[in-house]
Amino acid sequence: MKVHEFQAKQILAAFGVPVPQGRTATTAAEAREIAASLGGKCVVKAQIHAGGRGKGGGVKLANSPDEAEQAASQILGMQLVTHQTGPEGQRVKTVLIEEQMAVERELYLAVLIDGASARPVMMASAAGGMEIEEVAAKTPEAIHRVSIDPVTGLQPHLARELCFDLGLSGDEQKQAAKLMTALYAAFIEKDASLAEINPLVTTKDGRVLALDAKMNFDDNALFRHAEVEALRDRDEEDPSEVEAQSKGISNFIKLEGNIGCLVNGAGLAMATMDSIKLAGGEPANFLDIATANDVTKVVDALTIIAADPNVRAILVNIFGGMARVDVIAEGIIQAQRQMEKAIPVVARLAGTNVEEGERLINESGLPVIRAADLGEAAAKAVEAARAA
Amino acid sequence: MSVLVNKDTRVLVQGITGKEGSFQTQRCIEYGTKVVAGVTPGRGGETAEGVPVFNRVSHAVRETGAECALIFVPPPFAADAILEAADAGMPLVVCITEGTPTMDMLKVKRAMSGGKTRLIGPNCPGVITAGECRVGIMPGSVFSMGSVGVISRSGTLVYEAVDQLTRRGIGQSTCIGVGGDPIIGTTQREALELLNEDPDTAAVVLIGEIGGSAEQEAAAYIKKQMRKPVIAFIAGSTAPPGRRMGHAGAIISGDAGTATAKKAALADAGVTISDSPAEIGATAERVLREQGLL
Repeated sequence: MKVHEFQAKQILAAFGVPVPQGRTATTAAEAREIAASLGGKCVVKAQIHAGGRGKGGGVKLANSPDEAEQAASQILGMQLVTHQTGPEGQRVKTVLIEEQMAVERELYLAVLIDGASARPVMMASAAGGMEIEEVAAKTPEAIHRVSIDPVTGLQPHLARELCFDLGLSGDEQKQAAKLMTALYAAFIEKDASLAEINPLVTTKDGRVLALDAKMNFDDNALFRHAEVEALRDRDEEDPSEVEAQSKGISNFIKLEGNIGCLVNGAGLAMATMDSIKLAGGEPANFLDIATANDVTKVVDALTIIAADPNVRAILVNIFGGMARVDVIAEGIIQAQRQMEKAIPVVARLAGTNVEEGERLINESGLPVIRAADLGEAAAKAVEAARAA
Repeated sequence: MSVLVNKDTRVLVQGITGKEGSFQTQRCIEYGTKVVAGVTPGRGGETAEGVPVFNRVSHAVRETGAECALIFVPPPFAADAILEAADAGMPLVVCITEGTPTMDMLKVKRAMSGGKTRLIGPNCPGVITAGECRVGIMPGSVFSMGSVGVISRSGTLVYEAVDQLTRRGIGQSTCIGVGGDPIIGTTQREALELLNEDPDTAAVVLIGEIGGSAEQEAAAYIKKQMRKPVIAFIAGSTAPPGRRMGHAGAIISGDAGTATAKKAALADAGVTISDSPAEIGATAERVLREQGLL
């Protein structure tokens, strides 16, 4: 799960990470007031989940409350397009107004999990303010890493090591080491999957602060973090995905193609999308129905898929292990009877209770296109989508 | 023989009285698995699925000689269940549970490092030695006895691949579902090592997916040490970056996570890649014939 910059900063600040003074506004008038309270000079930052906000025109400097009001009125309500939003962009509802900093150096700092070593890793770079992927590709030696034992945590010598790598000394080094310890604590205690400060800045008056912040959280750990779950912004998510979640279908991702997919199992769902692509088509979604032996859930899933105006055909691919094919078949039948527009359905059914499932579909008399295997199913779905 | 489990393996089920635990225990017993005990704290002394239930794993081990734990407990309790089995000295622990927090698994991995317990999973379909022993949730009917080992991050893709093999008359030795989470007990590389040393396995089908760099680590091992042909399929060529495709581990972040990078690393190690999930069986058959193994 993702959160906004201002939310990440609130969490980090609570753990002792210094951040600039500031507050959020949802109207230009509010922005003006906040700017005045900060002394006039400030920065107005669009709050959307996607990165690259500055390049898209979502971050503006203001030197007076008037300028802050003007900047906020330009940013609020805009469809901010960045390299991460897609061409349609994301509407800005909130801006963060912060004091301007007299920045001396821009650094990079992050904590994430390294799957290969099964340990948290803290990464730092003197090349802050840039996309870290770019730094990693062009100058991998500019990225410094320390591997952290999850039992002992970030030991002072590890923090010092990164500080020295970054060329920090004296009081700045002490501040940065303290900030690193606070960042690590926030990462661990909130079950984050990423905590990133880019840039981490040193100022002309000798302070070390998080000028920007990003936190992603482990969805599997949200059950013990209601306070994190409460930060979820549904407006940042695709409406059909939000609807799917409300119906208990958590593994649904909307895509751009015209062939809807309903599959059991995440791996098979990905493989089904791959098959569609290999057959010359484009999947309209990823959907893992898992082992929901529940007809209503199958009907809901098919209804959500069919509601996408791009969808010209639906491919149902079920290899029943724990999932029962007869339940899926009943769901297909009910959904097809309810559908307002006739969308061809291609079904490849195998595994547990397949005979019963086949019988139900045959007796329904509905025009479900059958396929014996995955390759045939994909080819037939692509053909049906083209003909529709 | 095969690896990890066989017809003599004495299996204990943690969470045996739960809905999924009891259902799957039945399927395991039907397949021929020697289930000897169950554990549900507070239900000790009862009987479930025809086997005694214990409060503690340690007592179940002492009383029944169980040597493999199969775990079905809900995600908040999975780490504790794994560590209880490890503390009881269990040589093999298979955790099916999906949705375990990553932070819990970091601690589990750290606690188990250097110990004598091997963990498979979590978020996996389990392990099956065809015709002998099913420790997990795989549909037994698609498996047939033979000499192809299967390693997969995904559950349903094991069924898909094994079904294709069986239909072509190609049987399997042991199929290891390593799991779809970012932090898992036994990696693809470690599973490959097991099958490489197994005299009953002649070739391996490896099913990877997007996210992480486990396939690259597997490729490095194959290039250096694998003595048997490997056929691979990588799911998620069409997945968009930055989105979690169902499995917590299946999210592309950085270049190593893409299907293209994984396929390239494996191809470089001499692995035959099946680009289509529908052609895993056909590709395996072709390779086995070329190598004179069929």
